[in-house]
Amino acid sequence: MKKTLFDKVWDAHVVDAIENGPQVLYIDQHLIHEVTSPQAFQTLEERGIPILRPKQIVATADHNTPTLDQDKPVKDPLSRHQLEQLSKNCEKNGITLYELGHRYNGIVHVMAPELGITQPGMTMVCGDSHTSTHGAFGSIAFGIGTSQVAQVFASQCLLLKKPKKMRVTVNGTLKNGVLPKDVILYIISQIGTNAGTGYFCEYAGDVFENMSMEGRMTVCNMSIEMGARGGMIAPDDTTFNYIQGRKFAPKDEDFDAKVAYWKTLPTDEGAKFDKEYVFDAQDILPMVTYGTNPGMGIHINGHIPEHIDASFQKSLAYMGFEAGGQLLDTPINFVFIGSCTNSRIEDFRVAASFVKGKQKAENVTAWLVPGSKQVEAQIIDEGLRDIFEDAGFQLRQPGCSACLAMNDDKIPAGEYCVSTSNRNFEGRQGQGARTILASPLVAAATAIEGKIVDITKQLN
Amino acid sequence: MKKFETLTSTAIPLEIEHIDTDQIIPARFLKATDKKGFGDNVFRDWRFHKDESINESFVLNNPIYTGSILVAGTNFGCGSSREHAAWALVGYGFQVVVSSFFADIFKGNALNNGLLPVQVSEEFLQELFSIIKKQPDTQVTVDLKHQVIVVEDELEETFDIDPYKKTCLLNGYDDIDFLLSKLDKIKAYEAAKA
Ligand code: SF4
Repeated sequence: MKKTLFDKVWDAHVVDAIENGPQVLYIDQHLIHEVTSPQAFQTLEERGIPILRPKQIVATADHNTPTLDQDKPVKDPLSRHQLEQLSKNCEKNGITLYELGHRYNGIVHVMAPELGITQPGMTMVCGDSHTSTHGAFGSIAFGIGTSQVAQVFASQCLLLKKPKKMRVTVNGTLKNGVLPKDVILYIISQIGTNAGTGYFCEYAGDVFENMSMEGRMTVCNMSIEMGARGGMIAPDDTTFNYIQGRKFAPKDEDFDAKVAYWKTLPTDEGAKFDKEYVFDAQDILPMVTYGTNPGMGIHINGHIPEHIDASFQKSLAYMGFEAGGQLLDTPINFVFIGSCTNSRIEDFRVAASFVKGKQKAENVTAWLVPGSKQVEAQIIDEGLRDIFEDAGFQLRQPGCSACLAMNDDKIPAGEYCVSTSNRNFEGRQGQGARTILASPLVAAATAIEGKIVDITKQLN
Repeated sequence: MKKFETLTSTAIPLEIEHIDTDQIIPARFLKATDKKGFGDNVFRDWRFHKDESINESFVLNNPIYTGSILVAGTNFGCGSSREHAAWALVGYGFQVVVSSFFADIFKGNALNNGLLPVQVSEEFLQELFSIIKKQPDTQVTVDLKHQVIVVEDELEETFDIDPYKKTCLLNGYDDIDFLLSKLDKIKAYEAAKA
């Protein structure tokens, strides 16, 4: 039978199946962080169950960490306690932890790929919905609840029903200034935030084939924003080249053997999907969101649509926008370049190339939060920090930061923030804060101009 | 996990629709490292005023309503996937939540924590609300084995549940117990792969 990439990886991990019920799916790699793991450790301890495969778990601290003064003790006592608990749990159970300040510390979905932990054909889970990011390598990767974290601790498996399959194809060449973030924001704006519910999504076509691994991660990251549990892109030479030589990547003949296997994974010609969408790259322009869910996106020079339903109205009222209006020229005081969607080196390179030699607008506070210590080091090594600091941007230390505002990095109530993160929910970046999702290029241009501008005009 | 067969209890009517997990357990309580204490903070911002004084008008603070069954408006548990919401309800002492619709992730989280979500028709829900409000000491029986909810002699309806999850609840075992029973197969799988 002809199989999809998703089928091949899933079927290779089924240990057992319950009649008319879920399947037992083996998990190769488990990632954990400080917020959703403590109660899972506690469950096992209370029941006297050992962690089955501690070597298949890697931990990092990211959600709750400060992005300034990371060398000093964490001020907030509850956050500090949560971080200490993670350290204790990892030490006790022999789990590798890249804690705050470690040179490999970072947002879980940035840290794992750059260390070569993420590889094609794997099953990966983490107590975090954006685990879908890792699907960029052709792995099955998805977020889980804390009870499921405990299940994986105990058995290295999960009980799951196999999701349905969908494919989103984008063919053609992207226009100048259109980044992977714009591609995924465009897709979600077209198919809606529920289109993927119950599905795993494969992204196919020239646009994704020609994308860097960083770009593919940005796309897969936001699969969850269209309701899908995960997204995947077929592994190819771009994937293999990215992995080769990284810390946990297979070496020498092992690597060659793996590559030979990885090459068998792409979807068979003629394999069936339960649902398909096809788009043309030429229809995509830089995107911004105007509402309070990631599906509420328009081209940067587009008009906000008119709808009568109450939740749409409520959303516009929260954002302070009007149906039929435009976002162009909206004054913006906060810009955030960071989060597991766009905090990799390529994101900072693209922002720096625009910012170079310019000055940020006076009204703007511009935060750059690298996804990991390694990205931070690269920013410095490549001289990007100087470019940013000369322009008046602030380079902070790695972490989730203003993406969810669990630490002190909050946007004040009522303020707009052009953000490269993935969720524009009410209050997500701080109580009353208004988030406009965009690419790192649009974010950088906003910081320079102090308002939203049509970036394509400047580029062409 | 505790076994669940049948439960007979009075019920608390929470007549609000679309209750999201942020309301069930506000985000600021997510910094905790154990499952304890979430019960104290269930519906925190509805039970207490900003100055920490008790909000007498909130149904959980009304002494005439008691019991371990929560009856809530449609689309209960929407929003963030935080499992802390299920812990908070269980911690407070609820064993059953009745509603006309449950958000998917919340439903899974509830079942994983021995909290039974009973999905009934909208008509049944509305009648149940009015019966409890008229007669707060009305006994409601939830019989998992027969998948039926009975309100004294007045009302009765059957409900659906995933057969695997039903077996788990009836026997008091959870996914961990089930997966541990498969450990030999899991290890054989690992060996074959290596
Ligand atoms: S950066 Fe944001 S979306 Fe990504 S893991 Fe952290 S909190 Fe979640």
